[in-house]
Amino acid sequence: MKERLESLREKALKEIQNIVNLSELEDLRVKFLGKKGEITSILRDMGKLSAEMRPVVGQMANDVRADIEDKISEAKEILGNKAKEAKLTKETIDITVKTENLRRGHRHPLLATAEELEDLFISMGFSVVTGPEVETVENNFDALNSPDNHPSRDLSDTFYINDELLLRTHTSPVQIRAMKELGAPLRIVSAGRTFRFDDVDDTHSPMFHQLEGLVVDENISMANLIHTLDIFIKELFGEDMKTRYRPHHFPFTEPSAEVDVTCIKCRGEGCPVCNFTGWSMELLGCGMVHPKVLENCGIDSEKYTGFAFGMGIDRITMVKYGINDIRLLFENDNRFLDQF
Amino acid sequence: MLLPIKWLSKYVDIDVTSKELADGLTYSGSHVESINRLDKGIEKVVVGRIDKLEKHPHADKLLVCEVNVGKELLTIVTGATNLKEGDYVPVALIGAKLPIGLDIGETNFRGVDSQGMLCSLRELGYGDNVIPKEVRDGIFVFDKEYPLGEDASYFLDLDEDVIEFEITPNRPDCLSIFGMARETAATFKKTLKHPEIKVKNEVDDIFEYTNGIQVETPNCYRYYSRVIKDVKIAPSPMWLQTTLMNAGVRPINNVVDVTNYVMLEFGEPLHAFDLDMLNGRKIIVRQAYDNEKLTTLDGIERILSTDDIIIADDQMPIGIAGIMGGLHSEITPETKTVLLEGANFSSKHVRLTSKKFALRTEASTRFEKGIDPYLCNVAVERVCQLIEEIGAGTVVKGIIDVNQITGEDKIISLRPERSKKLLGVDISIDEMIQSLSNLGFQSKFENDVILSKVPSFRADVEVEADLIEEVGRLYGFHNIKSMPLVGGLTRGERPYNKQVELKVKNILQGLGYNEVMTYSFISPKAYDKLNLKEDAVERKYIRLINPLGEDYSTMRTTLMSNMLELLSRNEKKGVEEVLAYEIGYTFMPKSLPVTELPDEKQVLSVGFYGNKDFYFMKESLEVVLARLGIKNIEYIREENNPSFHPGRTAILMVDGIRIGVFGEVHPDVCENYNIKGKIYLAHMDFDNIVKLTNIEVKYKPLPKYPAITRDIALVVDENVMVGELEKIIKDNGNGLVERIILFDIYRGNQVEENKKSVAFSIVYRSYEGTLTDDVVNNIQNAIIKEMESQFMAKLRS
Repeated sequence: MKERLESLREKALKEIQNIVNLSELEDLRVKFLGKKGEITSILRDMGKLSAEMRPVVGQMANDVRADIEDKISEAKEILGNKAKEAKLTKETIDITVKTENLRRGHRHPLLATAEELEDLFISMGFSVVTGPEVETVENNFDALNSPDNHPSRDLSDTFYINDELLLRTHTSPVQIRAMKELGAPLRIVSAGRTFRFDDVDDTHSPMFHQLEGLVVDENISMANLIHTLDIFIKELFGEDMKTRYRPHHFPFTEPSAEVDVTCIKCRGEGCPVCNFTGWSMELLGCGMVHPKVLENCGIDSEKYTGFAFGMGIDRITMVKYGINDIRLLFENDNRFLDQF
Repeated sequence: MLLPIKWLSKYVDIDVTSKELADGLTYSGSHVESINRLDKGIEKVVVGRIDKLEKHPHADKLLVCEVNVGKELLTIVTGATNLKEGDYVPVALIGAKLPIGLDIGETNFRGVDSQGMLCSLRELGYGDNVIPKEVRDGIFVFDKEYPLGEDASYFLDLDEDVIEFEITPNRPDCLSIFGMARETAATFKKTLKHPEIKVKNEVDDIFEYTNGIQVETPNCYRYYSRVIKDVKIAPSPMWLQTTLMNAGVRPINNVVDVTNYVMLEFGEPLHAFDLDMLNGRKIIVRQAYDNEKLTTLDGIERILSTDDIIIADDQMPIGIAGIMGGLHSEITPETKTVLLEGANFSSKHVRLTSKKFALRTEASTRFEKGIDPYLCNVAVERVCQLIEEIGAGTVVKGIIDVNQITGEDKIISLRPERSKKLLGVDISIDEMIQSLSNLGFQSKFENDVILSKVPSFRADVEVEADLIEEVGRLYGFHNIKSMPLVGGLTRGERPYNKQVELKVKNILQGLGYNEVMTYSFISPKAYDKLNLKEDAVERKYIRLINPLGEDYSTMRTTLMSNMLELLSRNEKKGVEEVLAYEIGYTFMPKSLPVTELPDEKQVLSVGFYGNKDFYFMKESLEVVLARLGIKNIEYIREENNPSFHPGRTAILMVDGIRIGVFGEVHPDVCENYNIKGKIYLAHMDFDNIVKLTNIEVKYKPLPKYPAITRDIALVVDENVMVGELEKIIKDNGNGLVERIILFDIYRGNQVEENKKSVAFSIVYRSYEGTLTDDVVNNIQNAIIKEMESQFMAKLRS
């Protein structure tokens, strides 16, 4: 029997070496080690052995079994790894194939700019307020100290609904609303749609956008206005930007100024965009709130002073992105919108 | 406003460059648009004299000139017809450059070598708007002898800069050379030089020539008049012509040129009438009668009304006050006697009339802004002086001055501490007084305030803040040292609806939607194109009374039309797929006709076409609402909205509140918008969405006990909706249904016609303990029983 076990061991180990896949290995395991396997059948003959021999042969049979088991599990691991590798190799894909299951949406460049402007002022402690697009003549003109016969009130400049209602021509009526509702002190900005009787061309649109800002408090001065706007301009366009405050005229501020900013295109060198002046002209209008406007809103103009500013968001958006035709902002061509 | 520097320097010493001048004036408040050098682009153009003029031997239309340019005689071929021997002309030498882009070289004209070119004004860079009509086509001929061979542009006064300004409407006083001189003097701290105005010789008496001036309207504040006799109409001397041309005005004849010169000089528009043409030799200033007619200088017949102020003789209108004179009494070469008008009219009337006739002139642009009434006499006297000087006529003794000016001297007090408070800078009292005085405000310091008398040409100055602006702008805003805002810390934030808006925009962006922006006003046709019912609330829209056109005439009551239009445009351009959204306002009138501000309702409009369907829209909305913490969404089939497909449209309800409608657009509507493919739209009430938003999130403990999943498949009628079955599952779940997963809807051989099999996986879980089969079985049975009884559902095995 010893010989039988020995030859069985040899046979098994030899066969194991030739096995190439896991299922053959399992077959082999059953063949040698299974309940009806060869070792079992040898052991079945143990009864014929003498009492002295039985433990010896028993021991040997266990050794043979253990040997075979070891080899099988060794082979199993090797074969398993090979199979895994083969599977991974087979699963190789072309990693350059382009799919379009997902798409990124895009914010409208103008509305995104408006939001960015609001964020800048929010970070400076300004609150955002809103006002209606349809306004009263009172809020849009009268309370803002606009003279009765001012040309901007004409039907050829302003869209009217009736004698008392119009489409706001600027965001400044929000100043009036805010001062009347909230009183002083006040620190607000408001962005939104505005309307003027302009035919559409590459720089004009009957609907456009402004951002308005207002600060009312005790001891607010022109020096504060300049400081605030300078910070804003630098935040928006870069630290190297310079500003130029030119005296100007608005009915609702006194003194009034227009602000030129270093040409964003050439950074002040002079280029066709800035007409070789180095300045982007008229980017903002600003001034100290006219005492009559404060009084119109029930604010004591002796105790409180304030500054206000306004800017065209369309213009800023166009300067920022190098857009040369305002119509693109309103056409909603998907190929345009996809760029932002 | 064009400001030629040579002219300016008659009233103020200029010792800075034009650039420095422009910068200084910009900083003191006059906005410079450009600086133009008049002889820019002109090189080697000299004075020459035509010594000989002969026909070209081989060309009928050409002349050969012998031109003396000082050092040499040149042979020059020209086609001009206005020349004679002895004329002094500008000559472009070989190698000359002209501003129209010409480089002059030797040229052979049919066998004759031409050694240069004789120049017209256009070739020297003058605009067609200023070249006198009679010399438009010919070579320019100098009025007298000039040194031969010297730079011609010097004698044409082209060797100077002209600064162009944009003058704000509150400063009509700056629409004049003298006004700008005053600004310049104040800015650069120079002395302003007033020209001496004096007529040397006056004869006869004005009432021998005219029967007087009658002012019958309160809208003419002043009418100052003088008469010139023995007028000899002729071209003006060259200095006057070049001065006008450099300031952008075309020379016409000596009398008209002088009135234009003085208008530019002082800003007072003047008019000269041919006195012999006036019926009754009389001037009447009155409101026009309705339908009265007048042919103005431009040859157009104007039909007047009582709103118009006119100048009339005793029979008919002879001019529209402050805008344009009449053709009938125009100055002509035959004019012998001239009546000069220096008047002041109501700016409002001039503005409205100018607007009505769409007639804007140098006069109207000044009058409509308001002019100093004390300029009338100064200007008319100045005209008399100049007419005398250039020998264009003899001034008649006597004046007629009808003066209805009202109002008193305006004195405003300026508190130095208030100036400091407003400007944020400490300017000395002396400097303030100096600045104000330089600007024409007589000022003195008394009882701690500066008292300033507002000059008559500064009607824009009304309150203390106006004076502070004057002081501030001369100090220079750019010299104010910036100072941070002080005061309590404030927290900046957006209003709630804007916060919600931004969350929605972020989600939609993540889902692939592009944000769009469309006009608030739309065409009334839109409401028809959307197939809206006759009584639809959207048809109760507000109209603009002066829209840019019918297409922009109504305030939108829906955002759907804008969306469809932009989708249509993109489809036409061949864009394969567009996903878009807009958050905007609709304008719902409280009543019609409108008497008060409309309700501006915020709307979320979503739309797309391409490789997406109804369920993509539904899911997009669900994701948006989920982000806002809005649950309990209910879908109600909408079959009666004529804009939408009756079988593919839903109303979205939350807690019984309607928050919008979405679905496939009705094919008829697509056709109205020329859309070929399928469109899906959602129109959501954003105000309601904001109301329902609950962004606050509360953590819920994770489940400790395992879930049990059971599948069921039911055969139901085709018209039973999945949502209805799901509702039964939820309602009968004893709160243990965690998820319902629809995994199959089957129609075909295995089920009867008009039926479908719907299969769900239902996930049950309790937070209290492990579920037993019994509990789940009971629930499943209850669900199936309910489905059987409500929808005659059959369990599919």
